[in-house]
Amino acid sequence: MGVFFEQLINGLTIGSFYALIALGYSMVYGVLKLINFAHGDFFTLGSYIGYTLLVFAVSFITAHFGLWGGLVAALLVAAASVALVGVFVERVAYRPIYPAGRLPAVVSALGASIVLQNAIMVIWGPRYQAYPAALIPNVHLQIGNIHITLLQILILVLSFALMGILYTIIQRTTFGAAVRATALDRDTASLMGINFNRIIFFIFTLGPALGAMAGVMVGMYYRQISFAMGWNYGLKAFTATILGGIGNLPGAMFGGLILGVLEMFGAAYISAAWKDVFVFLILILVLIFRPTGLFGEKVAEKV
Amino acid sequence: MESSRSQGSGRFFGSRQGTLMAVVAAFFIYPFVVGDYHIDIAFFFGIYALLGLSLNIVLGEVGLFDLGHAGFYAIGAYTTAILNTKYGIPVLLLLPVSAVAAGLFAYLVCSPIIHLRGDYLCIVTIGMGEIVRLALINNPLDLTGGPNGVFGIDFPSLGGIFVIDSPIKYYFLIWTVVALTIIGLLRLQKSRIGRAWNCIREDEVAAGSSGIDVRHYKLLAFMLGAALAGVAGNIYASKLMCVSPESFTFWESCLFFCIVLIGGMGSIPGVLIGAAAISLFPEILRPFAMYRMMFFGIAMILMMMFRPGGVWPRKRGEGAP
Repeated sequence: MGVFFEQLINGLTIGSFYALIALGYSMVYGVLKLINFAHGDFFTLGSYIGYTLLVFAVSFITAHFGLWGGLVAALLVAAASVALVGVFVERVAYRPIYPAGRLPAVVSALGASIVLQNAIMVIWGPRYQAYPAALIPNVHLQIGNIHITLLQILILVLSFALMGILYTIIQRTTFGAAVRATALDRDTASLMGINFNRIIFFIFTLGPALGAMAGVMVGMYYRQISFAMGWNYGLKAFTATILGGIGNLPGAMFGGLILGVLEMFGAAYISAAWKDVFVFLILILVLIFRPTGLFGEKVAEKV
Repeated sequence: MESSRSQGSGRFFGSRQGTLMAVVAAFFIYPFVVGDYHIDIAFFFGIYALLGLSLNIVLGEVGLFDLGHAGFYAIGAYTTAILNTKYGIPVLLLLPVSAVAAGLFAYLVCSPIIHLRGDYLCIVTIGMGEIVRLALINNPLDLTGGPNGVFGIDFPSLGGIFVIDSPIKYYFLIWTVVALTIIGLLRLQKSRIGRAWNCIREDEVAAGSSGIDVRHYKLLAFMLGAALAGVAGNIYASKLMCVSPESFTFWESCLFFCIVLIGGMGSIPGVLIGAAAISLFPEILRPFAMYRMMFFGIAMILMMMFRPGGVWPRKRGEGAP
């Protein structure tokens, strides 16, 4: 049983990374019907900015604000700078292409992804970078024979808090209602006085910011980052988005968590080498039997 | 090429024909005036052209989002690699075998998912492509050689008399295959099948209600596209003499997707232009060293900004989207 619960915790930890990234995909898809291929690279960029801050500025910040202050600063600065990049990419690479339809935007998004990924490689170099060791005290929490590290607890608490905040904004505030209305029907929403550009600004700020924070957390968890990792995480997070029902935010969160847990259980009980095959097989099976995802609503095809 | 006929303008007919002749002549002269390096670049242009044409059937003609096309390409390449190195079957004989294997694979994996639409089909094909690649890495039944792949694949030869063993011979092999494929696809576009495909792309429900078996034609497109990708895999495997999983990543599938969209969906000259852009741009941008892929990405964005329908979109009369 110990193994089961430890794998569950491990799965939830990486699942919360997927969930945070998936929210960005899902928001952009919900409003623009665009698969934002550059999103995985926002995540990588956040990870690298966090790395630079923790390596070069952490001694300065911790001297003034303590270790926790330093970590919070790294998370916030990474989130804010990647949000800026997100808005910039939307303005430059996506906005001029919306009128042309969906498929040209896919190519443009792939182009933006290549540019970002290679910019990261040029700035930080093509080699793996290592996050500073043991920033968080290596403390274990032990319940019975289950070990949970302090870092895992922090990651879970922070991710769930961020997801909760986003969920509240989307479901409980007027602005969130505007976002949902735009996702439902952009033209009607515009006629009701909703400023489409403000919605776009919002999703291209929050999505990349959440991705960036996931990036910093991945850096602290695995301690090793590479400029190309955005593809892999992006692909998994996108899978999670579809698993939950695309454009459905709670679905994306659950999709991410389920994917993480499945991956860890697959690795523990079936085969570590085949865990990703297992994940994609589950995805295909889910889509065969529920073509709009686990939590997707049945949408009648327009005729 | 085709547009000259449909426009029916005698004045343009002659000059188009002339341009076509000039292009063909240039293709024959080119390998004799440049070095092996540049012949190889043109060879890979041909491989990408063939792959672009194969994806164009699925994406361009029927409008199905397939972002896992590298999986079919891999099946073709590995079929050739394994059967040639383990059982010594000649590579040229394996060309149709690879095509059939990839087509059969497409039939098996696409049958249960063919009812999915748009982005859901897209993600399932991504998943399929990734499963193929991961399976190759994991070396099932000790066949695929794991991350190192399979090496020692023979040159294609005609009964041991004529062996395709130099860059120039490979150049003519791939471009002969591409030319035959183009002729076949141009005929297919005009046929009942091509018109059924275009009809499904424009409006699936209308196509179904006018008696087109949507499922059947979609599967046919996947199988034909996969078979052509399998042919490309066969030639690629024998050219490189080895295959490894890293040649068949999701990234490759994205490149094929870009070839079709940069050129113009459903347009055969467009696919050639797209393949040229994808295979030649990184070479042209080589002086920029580490910045070259950045410029490549910027070029993709700019192209979609100024030519969102592709460089050479298909004319409306030919069933353009």
